[in-house]
Amino acid sequence: MHVGLQHYLAVSMILFCLGLLGVILRRNLLVIYMSLELMLNAANLALVSFSRFNGKLDGQVLVFFIITVAAAEVAVGLALIVALYRKRRSAHVEDLTSMKL
Amino acid sequence: MDYINNLIDNGALTDLFFWVFAALTLLCGILVIANPFSRNPVTSAMFLVLTIISMSGLFLLLHAFFLAAVQILVYAGAVIVLFIFVIMLLDLKEEQRRRIKFFGLIMGLLSVGTVVAIFMKAIGSAKLATDAPANAPEGETYALGKLLFTQYTLPFEIVSVLLLVAMIGVILLSKKKLE
Repeated sequence: MHVGLQHYLAVSMILFCLGLLGVILRRNLLVIYMSLELMLNAANLALVSFSRFNGKLDGQVLVFFIITVAAAEVAVGLALIVALYRKRRSAHVEDLTSMKL
Repeated sequence: MDYINNLIDNGALTDLFFWVFAALTLLCGILVIANPFSRNPVTSAMFLVLTIISMSGLFLLLHAFFLAAVQILVYAGAVIVLFIFVIMLLDLKEEQRRRIKFFGLIMGLLSVGTVVAIFMKAIGSAKLATDAPANAPEGETYALGKLLFTQYTLPFEIVSVLLLVAMIGVILLSKKKLE
């Protein structure tokens, strides 16, 4: 079977769903962050394949920006996790319920 | 370079590589979120590295050479190292096997089902290309850089400001005492 655009999109979709399941089901803040990275990467894969099969480079420029923003997001998020851990001594989402009504 | 291009342009080989890299990506992606042997975040981070590397193989197959290199440099080189660093810093105990909440499982499967349904509908109604156009541009550094510094100059500058803001934010957040 010849590999076309839909195969790449299917891989991207499955990877996105894996990340979504990880965010919803896992309890460790760091693993949740890694799942977020998976979702961002799935979006990147979809953009690159669209860019290839449409014969334009704009998608790849967008992926470049997404990678930059993801790096900034990871830095800030991990700093938040460290600050939180210093206060609560825990990185489990179930122990972080101070905003619960 | 010509040799590599010939290898990549040869249809059957490309298809074979696609299946290999896609299977690797998805397998390692599953092992990131649900590893049956270990609940340790370090294991998840290592499998995330493998996912990133096999995904950069997919980028190579899509002729996005620059992005494949950037993917490995930024993700496998910087982001994962940051993750490992924080995991070591926090000295986490092994995540206990807490029972997965039934409600959470239902909601997770529901949202995943919604995403899959939307995707199937979109794929079914769209006419998707099976081959890249013959004059499709290569994603090499020159072409991408030219686009980045002509058409996309303003977003580029904004992103650099964003990185500065993130840096200042991280320094503020990780100060000993938050005033």
